[in-house]
Amino acid sequence: MSETRTPVLKITDLGIDFGGLTAVNDLSLCVYDKEIYGLIGPNGAGKTTVFNMLTKVYQPSRGTIELCGQSTEKMNTIEVNKAGIARTFQNIRLFMNMSVLDNVKTGLHNDISYSVFESIFRLPRFGKQEKDADAKAMELLKIFGLEEKADLIAGNLPYGEQRRLEIARALATSPKLLLLDEPAAGMNPQETEDLMKTIRFVRDHFGIAILLIEHDMKLVMGICERITVLNFGMMLAEGTPDEIVNNPEVVKAYLGE
Amino acid sequence: MFSPKRRGRTVSLLIVILAYVILQAMIMSGNLSRLLISLLVPVCAYIVAALGLNLNVGFSGELNLGQAGFMSIGAFTSVILAGILNANGITGIPVLILCILAGAAMAAAVGWLISVPVLKLQGDYLAIVTLAFGQIIMSLINNLYCGIDSKGLHFAFVTNTIELAEGGKMLISGPMGATGVSTVSTFTAGFILVVLTLLIVYNLIDSRSGRAITAARDNRIAAESIGISISRTKTLAFVISSCLGGAAGALYALNYSSFVATKFDFNSSILLLVYVVLGGLGNMSGTIISTAVLVVLPEMLRFLQNYRMLIYAVVLIVIMLVSNNEFLKTKAEQLKKKLSANRKKGAAENV
Repeated sequence: MSETRTPVLKITDLGIDFGGLTAVNDLSLCVYDKEIYGLIGPNGAGKTTVFNMLTKVYQPSRGTIELCGQSTEKMNTIEVNKAGIARTFQNIRLFMNMSVLDNVKTGLHNDISYSVFESIFRLPRFGKQEKDADAKAMELLKIFGLEEKADLIAGNLPYGEQRRLEIARALATSPKLLLLDEPAAGMNPQETEDLMKTIRFVRDHFGIAILLIEHDMKLVMGICERITVLNFGMMLAEGTPDEIVNNPEVVKAYLGE
Repeated sequence: MFSPKRRGRTVSLLIVILAYVILQAMIMSGNLSRLLISLLVPVCAYIVAALGLNLNVGFSGELNLGQAGFMSIGAFTSVILAGILNANGITGIPVLILCILAGAAMAAAVGWLISVPVLKLQGDYLAIVTLAFGQIIMSLINNLYCGIDSKGLHFAFVTNTIELAEGGKMLISGPMGATGVSTVSTFTAGFILVVLTLLIVYNLIDSRSGRAITAARDNRIAAESIGISISRTKTLAFVISSCLGGAAGALYALNYSSFVATKFDFNSSILLLVYVVLGGLGNMSGTIISTAVLVVLPEMLRFLQNYRMLIYAVVLIVIMLVSNNEFLKTKAEQLKKKLSANRKKGAAENV
C-alpha cells in the first residue's frame, strides 16, 4: 500500500562521525505523505542526532536526505525550515521570556512580509498582516488547548503545556514534515492520551507527515504506522508496530540477553 | 491583548511628556537654574543614544562598548552638513532636522559596515571589537581637518594643510574639535526626538523583527529551527542602535558652538552602558530615568570639588544595590498590592 504514496522524506545511507566516533551509520528510511513514523531505540542510540542532521544542526558525513525529492545537502538550518521541516526539541527550547501568543507568532516569521520600515511607521500592511498572524496563531493555540493562556509568559507554563506550545510553534512555519523529539516526555498517562489524539488530529488537519522519537511505547505503538529501531547508531529493525514488538533483536536491545 | 507591552509604551511616553511639561513650566517661571537648563539638550541626546543601546544590549543581548563612537559619527557629520547648509544661507530648524537625519543615516551606514565582521563574534569578543571601533573613530576624527569656502569642502588628515579662500571657515580642526557650530538644538527638539525614538523602539519591538530579535536572544537554536536568520536580526538591532546613536550625536553637537572628538571616548560608551544597565535591560522607562539622573547628578555634585567622582561612584553603587534588593522589592510589591486593595475598597464604598 505504501508504494503508491509519495515519499516526503527519503534518507539514504545516512551517517555522521564525531572525530573517530561514528554516531550514526547506514541509516535509510522513507516517510510517506501523511504518515506517522516512529524512531525508537535505547538511550544514546543516535535518534536525536538523526533529527539534528535532518535540520542541519549537524552536517551529515555520508548519505543523502531528500525532502519531497529535493536534496537538502547544500541547505542550512534556516533553509531546511523554509523547505518544509519543522521540529521540537528533547529539552524544550521555547522563547521563555515571550508570551505564548508571541512564541507562535515568531513561528510565523517567514509568513509575514511587511518590512522594518512598515512596522516602525505602522503602515496599513503592518496592521493587516499582524491581524492575520494573530488569527492564525490563535487557531493553532486552540488546537493545543492553549488559547486561554495566550497572554501568559511561556516560561510560566507547566511542562506539558510547554511541550504542546513547542509543537504549535513548529506548525506555524507550515511544514511538510514535522519532527517531534520525545513529545510525551514528562507527561502523565492522561496527558499522553490527549497528545496522541492531538498528533493524529494535526496529521489529518494539516495533511503533513510526522516523524517522532519517543520512549513511551504506548504512544509509539498506538499512533505510529511504521517504526525504525536504532541501536548504537545502526538500524536494528524496521516495520509495523506488530512486527517490531515481536522482533527478537529489538527485545534483546531493550531488555538485554 | 498586549496589555503589558502597551503599558510599557504608555508609561514611558507619559513620563517623557510629563517631564517636558514640568520642565517647560519651570523654565517659563524662572525656577530652573542656568546649569540645569544647559543640561536639558545633552540629557535628551544621551537618552536617545541609551534607548538605542538598550535595543542592542537589552533586546538583542549583545554587549556593545562603542555607542559613543556612533554618537561621534553623528555629531561630526552634522557639523559638516550644518557648515554646508549655513554657507548656502540655510539656518534654524531645517538645519537641525537635516543634520539629525544625516547623522542618523551616516551612523547607520557605518554600523551596517562594521556589523558584517563584528556580528560573526559573540559575547566578550564582540564587546572588545566594538570597544576598539569606538577608539578608532575617536582617533580618526581627532586627526581630521575640514574647512569650507566658496570652492566647497576641503579635507586634510593628521596635519592641517587646508588653505581656505577668502571668507572660508574651518569646521573641524583636528584635536581642537569642531568650532563655530551653529547652535540650533533646543529642548523642544530634543523632546520630540526622544518621543520619536520611543515610538521607533516600541514599534520595532512589537513587530515581526522585534519578535525575531528577542527570539534570537532567548534561544538561538530554536530561532534558527523556525527559519529566523540570527545574523540578519542581530544586524538589524545593531544598525538601528547605531542609527539612534548618530541622531543623538547630531542633536548633541548642534547644542554647542565647539566640542572635541575626545568627548565621545571610551568613558562615554561605558557611561551609556551604565545608564542602560541601571535602568534595566529592555526597560525603556528605566533607561530614560537613569540617564536623566546620572547625567545631572555629577553636575549637582560639583560642590564636592575633588571628591565629586568618588561620591558619584558611591551613589551609583548604592543605587544598584538598592534597586536590586529582593527585600525592598518584595516590600514595594506588598505596598502596591495594599494600595490597589485600598483603592478598590474606596471605590466600593463610594458606590
